[in-house]
Amino acid sequence: MASYKAPRRDMRFVYYELHDGERLAQLPGYEEATPDMIEAILEEAAKIAENVLQPLNRTGDEEGCAFENGTVRTPAGFKEAYTTFAQGGWTSLGGDPQYGGQGLPSALSVLVSEMLLSANLSLAMYPGLGEGACHALEAHGSDELKQMFLPKLMDGTWGGTMCLTEAQCGTDLGLIRSKAEPREDGTYLINGTKTFISAGDHDLTENIIHLVLARLPDAPRGIKGISMFLVPKFTIPADGTLGSNNGVSCGGIEHKMGIRGSSTCVLNFDDAVGYLVGVPNKGMRAMFTMMNSARLGVGVQGLALAEASYQGAVEYARERLQGRALNGAQLPNKPADPILVHPDVRRMLLTIRAYTEGARALTMWVAQEIDLAHKHPDPRRRRDADDLASLLTPVVKAFQTDTGFECTNLGLQVFGGHGYIREHGMEQYVRDSRIAMIYEGTNGIQALDLVGRKLAAHTGRYLRQFFHPVQEFLVAHAEDSALEDFIQPLAKAFGRLQRATGHIAQQGLKNPNEAGAAATDYLRLFGLVALAYQWTRMAGISLEKMEGDTSGFYAAKVATGRFYMERILPQSGAAFATLMAGAKTIMEFPDEAF
Amino acid sequence: MKILVTIKRTPHRDARMRVAADGKSLETGDIAFEINPFDEIAVEEALRIKEAGKAQEVVAVTVGLEVAREQLLAALAMGADRGILVNSGGAAEKQELDSLQIAKTLSAVIQSEQPGLVIMGKLATDDENWQIAPMVAELLGWPQATFASKLELSEDGKTAQVTREVDAGLEEVELTLPALVTVDLRINEPRYASLPGIMKAKRKPLDVIEIEDLGGLADLGGIGQSCVRTVSYRALPAKEKGILVDSAAALAAALKERKLV
Ligand SMILES: Cc1cc2nc3c(=O)[nH]c(=O)nc-3n(C[C@H](O)[C@H](O)[C@H](O)COP(=O)(O)OP(=O)(O)OC[C@H]3O[C@@H](n4cnc5c(N)ncnc54)[C@H](O)[C@@H]3O)c2cc1C
Repeated sequence: MASYKAPRRDMRFVYYELHDGERLAQLPGYEEATPDMIEAILEEAAKIAENVLQPLNRTGDEEGCAFENGTVRTPAGFKEAYTTFAQGGWTSLGGDPQYGGQGLPSALSVLVSEMLLSANLSLAMYPGLGEGACHALEAHGSDELKQMFLPKLMDGTWGGTMCLTEAQCGTDLGLIRSKAEPREDGTYLINGTKTFISAGDHDLTENIIHLVLARLPDAPRGIKGISMFLVPKFTIPADGTLGSNNGVSCGGIEHKMGIRGSSTCVLNFDDAVGYLVGVPNKGMRAMFTMMNSARLGVGVQGLALAEASYQGAVEYARERLQGRALNGAQLPNKPADPILVHPDVRRMLLTIRAYTEGARALTMWVAQEIDLAHKHPDPRRRRDADDLASLLTPVVKAFQTDTGFECTNLGLQVFGGHGYIREHGMEQYVRDSRIAMIYEGTNGIQALDLVGRKLAAHTGRYLRQFFHPVQEFLVAHAEDSALEDFIQPLAKAFGRLQRATGHIAQQGLKNPNEAGAAATDYLRLFGLVALAYQWTRMAGISLEKMEGDTSGFYAAKVATGRFYMERILPQSGAAFATLMAGAKTIMEFPDEAF
Repeated sequence: MKILVTIKRTPHRDARMRVAADGKSLETGDIAFEINPFDEIAVEEALRIKEAGKAQEVVAVTVGLEVAREQLLAALAMGADRGILVNSGGAAEKQELDSLQIAKTLSAVIQSEQPGLVIMGKLATDDENWQIAPMVAELLGWPQATFASKLELSEDGKTAQVTREVDAGLEEVELTLPALVTVDLRINEPRYASLPGIMKAKRKPLDVIEIEDLGGLADLGGIGQSCVRTVSYRALPAKEKGILVDSAAALAAALKERKLV
């Protein structure tokens, strides 16, 4: 059975050594985020992930959620673990201190959530959704709504959900049918059926706060007529007691490939009383602010499961004796050598490691920029940071969940047949990691977001926040012989990304199908280059600190970076060639021939 | 009543220790540290007594380098009220302190703090000397109970009932306070520090005392007089793979062959 240990050392590396997290403590509002505090929080979060959440990962998957008498029962132990977690104040890590949150930076949140997600994705989703609801309310709720709902959402007494999807509408939210009727007291009556709602019903919290997209009676058609409503499962009487059933019922749960401990519910709203969040017909805008952080969070899911799978695979590769090293037995007095000697097994392990550490570095970059976007005193710096985070969010979401799934698949492969059977837990990582490519906007939609929205935004302004630092880095290190093996391939792949960007900008204007057909390969290329940039920077730092480091940490960093540059980054050539081939073969294929 | 708990900064229980190149020390540059797990249990026990209303203050004390502040903060995050760091920095540059020097130092702190109860872990997981607590009790002339698996204070706060885990089973003893108790694994399961607890910890009082100023070492002739020196460290030899034997006779033969019986 794989057992997860939080990668504390690498987390400290990306937070402080690679991305200078120390500067965050200088921002107004983040004064608490000093190194000793960050250290203490990471240490305690690791304990909770390893000792409270992880032991329930396998059992939660085996048992799954049950739908009984109209309500959902989570797997054994989930409630106790959730309670420990919430009572420890962990549900409010990033929340506004005014409502009981701890107001800590996202850069810390992403590390803590990586640990929780590695340990138990299904369980960690419940507080994750509560946190999502907090973000939406903080950004768009009226003061009254905030007073009423934020404190108990933040301390985890209540859970939260995001209710977008309906049977006829997944990606295309313009098709939403759920209705909201205004009432005289300023509240609304909500009617409709939502499907696939994560944490839609469960037994972990006394109440569940649903954020529901629905249409007002006079709403414009399509996406411009969607509003957001807050609908509690139980009403909230003024005296703070728990009220009665508010017309929200769970119609059943889905039986799924993975994340079986996370409930995925059909929710029926029958004259449920709701409160408008934000402005009428601007529900999509409200949803989008929240979606950025949610998408970053899903990107972390990919990386988290890859990490967990890697740890299991390495342990197994050291122990499993099979075959002999190709250039002579390494353990002659054993019946066989550990499979770690085989080039192909090493290739698999290094691939997972290179993607995972690269993704952790990229996530940290984006998270720190999000913090700068919130708190930096200079408005220009805030805007630049926000531009970069907006640009890279779809890359983090799609690239890290695509590669996350590739990685859990490789982790299983390292186990051979023992990975395919359930006992070792490796197949669960594969199943659990698959969903991250779908929800919060499928990866295909992320690619369209990158190509259609983010590239074009403000005539390419977002893009500059990525292209400029890479360009500057390449120029600054052009003569750096120690980094030569990194700079050259980075420059080459970056050149491809620049050309591909120009190509899409030109062709896409003439024919949108060209942009649509190029999108997924373009996002892949973008992700490969973004990781290459992170790896080059990591290598630069590590080369300097390598000497005298007896732990081997920096030497392994440089070696993993070399592997990435030599054996993964060349994929950028394939992605480039593929997208440059254009839409023709895709679009001219006759529909009836499919 | 005031309870004083002692804590030590020890390498994390999962850390893989390596002998340093000089052969006389361990590599500590890149490993994580924690509160000695038995001391964490001591902190928990003190907090439970306080929460039961039988103590008003829990003070955590460590003797160590400045970095040990991290472990004091961890104890404060769990709920201890105050921390004392006896900084042995100057001393450590010259040599490590031995058990008796640490015991002397702690006794000096205890004498000035005047707690009604001192709770310590039964041992530290790094060097496993088991020495300091009995030495402290002896130096103070206090009653002590080691390896406690249960600790109960009387209503009047004058005595403590302690169940000790001894080889033959359980032993019950009664101590007159002030007294010293060392705790074993089974007495409690330490809590996780809460996030607000971690954040509040830094605002709790934490005093730093220079070891030279404490006076506890004076009658040992100062810090230069450590009775114990670490001469060398050696890594354990790599474990050999076991063999399977199919009968008792074969087992006896195998043991004999290895001169184990
Ligand atoms: C386990 C689970 C949990 C979920 N949790 C939630 C939740 O909490 N709240 C919630 O609201 N929803 C939730 N969902 C729903 C999820 O977000 C949707 O399934 C997802 O957005 C895709 O919608 P769909 O399934 O209807 O697929 P469709 O939209 O029908 O898409 C099918 C395929 O077509 C592609 N496609 C669709 N439109 C386009 C386009 N314009 N251009 C290019 N390609 C396109 C998609 O990429 C996909 O490959 C959950 C789903 C699952 C399975």
